[in-house]
Amino acid sequence: MTLETASQQSFGQKHVLDLDSFTSQDITHVLDNTLAMEQVLDREIRKVPALRGKTVVTLFYESSTRTRVSFEQAAKILSADVINVSSSGSSTKKGESLYNTALTIQAMQADIIVIRHPHSGAPHFLARQLRSKVINAGDGTHAHPTQSLLDLYTIRKNIGTIEGKKIVIIGDIMYSRVARSNLWGLTKMGARVVLCGPQTLIPNDFLNGHRTEEGHPFAAVEIQTDLDTALKDADVIMALRLQLERQKAGHLPSLREYSQTYGLNARRLAIAKDGALVMHPGPMNEGVEIETDIAHGAQSVIEEQVKSGVAVRMSLLYSMAAGQNLEI
Amino acid sequence: MPLIEKRIQNPVQIERALTRISHEILERNGGGDNVVLVGMHSRGVPLAQRISTAIERFEGIKVPVGKLDIGMYRDDISEKGSPLMKPTDIPSDINGKTVVIIDDVLYTGRSIRAAMDAISDFGRPSQMQLGVLVDRGHRELPIRADYVGKNVPTAKDEDVQVRLMEIDGADEIVITTNNNDMGDKT
Amino acid sequence: MSKSILIKSGRIIDPASDRDEVADLLIVDGKISEIGQINSKDQNVEVYDAKGFVVTPGFIDIHCHLREPGEEYKETIATGTKSAAAGGFTTVCAMPNTNPPMDTKSVVDFVKNKALTEGVIRVLPIGCVTKNSHGKELSEMSELADAGVIGFSDDGKPVSDANLMRQALTYSAGLGLPIINHCEVPELADGASMNEGWIATRLGLKGMPNSAEEVMAARDISLSELTGGKVHLAHISTAGTLDMVREAKRRGINVTCEVTPHHLTLTDEAVLSIGDESTSFDPLTANAYDTTAKVNPPLRNISDMSIMANGINDNTIDFIATDHAPHSSVDKICTFQEAAFGISVLETALGSVLSLYHNKKVELGTLIKKLTSDPASFLGSNLGTLKIGRTADVTVFDLDETWRVNSSLFFSKGKNTPLDGTSLTGRVKATFYGGEYVYRND
Repeated sequence: MTLETASQQSFGQKHVLDLDSFTSQDITHVLDNTLAMEQVLDREIRKVPALRGKTVVTLFYESSTRTRVSFEQAAKILSADVINVSSSGSSTKKGESLYNTALTIQAMQADIIVIRHPHSGAPHFLARQLRSKVINAGDGTHAHPTQSLLDLYTIRKNIGTIEGKKIVIIGDIMYSRVARSNLWGLTKMGARVVLCGPQTLIPNDFLNGHRTEEGHPFAAVEIQTDLDTALKDADVIMALRLQLERQKAGHLPSLREYSQTYGLNARRLAIAKDGALVMHPGPMNEGVEIETDIAHGAQSVIEEQVKSGVAVRMSLLYSMAAGQNLEI
Repeated sequence: MPLIEKRIQNPVQIERALTRISHEILERNGGGDNVVLVGMHSRGVPLAQRISTAIERFEGIKVPVGKLDIGMYRDDISEKGSPLMKPTDIPSDINGKTVVIIDDVLYTGRSIRAAMDAISDFGRPSQMQLGVLVDRGHRELPIRADYVGKNVPTAKDEDVQVRLMEIDGADEIVITTNNNDMGDKT
Repeated sequence: MSKSILIKSGRIIDPASDRDEVADLLIVDGKISEIGQINSKDQNVEVYDAKGFVVTPGFIDIHCHLREPGEEYKETIATGTKSAAAGGFTTVCAMPNTNPPMDTKSVVDFVKNKALTEGVIRVLPIGCVTKNSHGKELSEMSELADAGVIGFSDDGKPVSDANLMRQALTYSAGLGLPIINHCEVPELADGASMNEGWIATRLGLKGMPNSAEEVMAARDISLSELTGGKVHLAHISTAGTLDMVREAKRRGINVTCEVTPHHLTLTDEAVLSIGDESTSFDPLTANAYDTTAKVNPPLRNISDMSIMANGINDNTIDFIATDHAPHSSVDKICTFQEAAFGISVLETALGSVLSLYHNKKVELGTLIKKLTSDPASFLGSNLGTLKIGRTADVTVFDLDETWRVNSSLFFSKGKNTPLDGTSLTGRVKATFYGGEYVYRND
């Protein structure tokens, strides 16, 4: 038997900083292998030696039990050694600077570093400073590529394809790194994307027609401020978490008004296609951006999103560890 | 560099070899009651299915056929790219059973080692055996096949390809001589 | 009794005397002695062969951060002036955001003395507008004026309180000195680290819109009109600001402005750190979030950047100033949000600025004027010219020499420049201060 590896080598990323550098083949590759990973999760012995001897370091500067545990599980099932480094919370103290931490991690000879940091660009900084491969688990308001991959997987698993489907993303586009990565992921996979939310939460250059410039990657993305109009014929609805700080910073008059104009409820859900998927990256503000009955209703795949997280991250870790000695 | 292809087995010859292997499995294990066949992706799977069908024809026993992808058990993950994995499906409890691994070509033995590790994660067979359609030599590990369709001595710059109706549309075995040194070692 | 120096066969460009010709220039006793065809048989005269080079008055930089006292790890008066000399500058004005800040005579005197003992070129002090630059109470401007400041600024920060700015303009008008304001409305720029626009959006960074500068520029122009005080807008960066200054001058309002070499030549694309073949639509690489491109005001988009050249040509922009802001690696090797604002400019200023000449956007004489006689007029001094009898501050440069910027070789402690590794055309060959070599590169 020939291992059809060299010819099928279709994952071409060294780091996973955001989905903007992924081709649709890279994305498909990760999603396709996720099924095999899910099978491992169903076994009695949930361990395979794929990453044996590799060291994965998780470096989380924002508290996030769910994502960190998801990565840790994924790495351990693949038999990697996992070291968790978490900051006490203050990443701005010069003594605990990211640079110093990076040097310490270098000494650990980490093969892969998974970093979550409140500053956009922190993973890029690490990628420059260290020899290790870097996975971005969420940086500031810039990107959250693994969340987007698991969203794409969930969509594909439930409605078969992503291409040509109408996906509506509702809410705080400006500050949501999940929305940003999904914009890249969905457009690369050929989806029809509609962004809907208060104008103060949509980036100014998205509103002002600058996307007409030739070659703009988001030229085809639609902006809609009226939710009912946006939801017509939607195949997938992604509700984003609305953070309380937005109201304090003057973006919104009140959460109440936000909920009335942009909250996802049964009446609005009925406007979308029958069986349209309801998604949310979590954690949810039930009653604000999404009603409880919708969040836990028949069309919601929110729990599935969480469950797929481990398998998708396993697939990603596997693809990144493979071919490490190749010139990628 | 043009590929030089030489056919060394035709469909009839392949069928005869599989028939013989099926009988040998039955003979060696005193029947098919305790046997599970596990085919290695890709071409080991249809071979295992054919063997199971043959055994059912000879002795009326349905021998279960599993499918195995060893992508996560390879020892050369850093050297090769990331393959696309196919489903692994081990159909029944393999504890105490005789697991016969089926593959198309036996070469370095590394795939088989990975397969043994993978199968051990599913349970504890009483024994494992190996059946291959072609043994082309150049072992890098102390692994040997219990059932061999044909021994084909080869040079390292040659490649042995098994083609099967279920995947390639025709049954044949060919040796290709090429300049490409990246023939994967299995 | 210093040696006499004969700078031979250079192309002498001196906008203040309307001179642009190949000639010889003789320096005797630290002063310009003679210009013309000079054949000296005097053995005490050292000959500097400037054939093929351009000879101009020493450049004057109205806006420079020397960091001493208080942040000597970033720069000292010694290293900063050496850096200036290497950039062809013979006069720099030291911004007062030191620690302690230059809001009292004692600190100003400290800087002046350091410059005399450890500096290699002329350093003129700028005083704070407010005590401690806190923006609450006026500093003792009269005493600072006596100490020799050439103007007042809280640079680094704007004078946010409009009423205080009004008082400052009125008070300083009485002293005949300008208020140099860093225009930035804090509420609009709060938390921002680069220009607002597509690039900031895709990098997930909060941006500073053009309005943050323009709103305050408009305010200051109006206050200048109201008070008759002299306001100078530091480091302008937007087309909107430029238009307002143009209109204000047309109406006779006492406003001036400056532009930096980087706002004339770089855009916010520099933060992406991409090659020439890539665009801002291409995937980000690990090189994105380049902190050497983090500066305040931020590098703007291409249309704002390009229009600055027009401002030079029609004299809306009074002169070029570097806003040299050296930082140590501690302040720049970190995330973009954490990084300090500022670029180390002195040693690349000429090369940057000459790109406008090489690209045929601005004439050579105009560029020299903006580095010499125009800043001199702003100071109301008789510097910035090669007239006979004036002090011999002279810069010699090669107009066409192409060289690679290597910041590790800078005299400045600040190696923070987005130009590191890039090529510039135009290089200083020698700088004379009071007739003495302060820099030489043969």
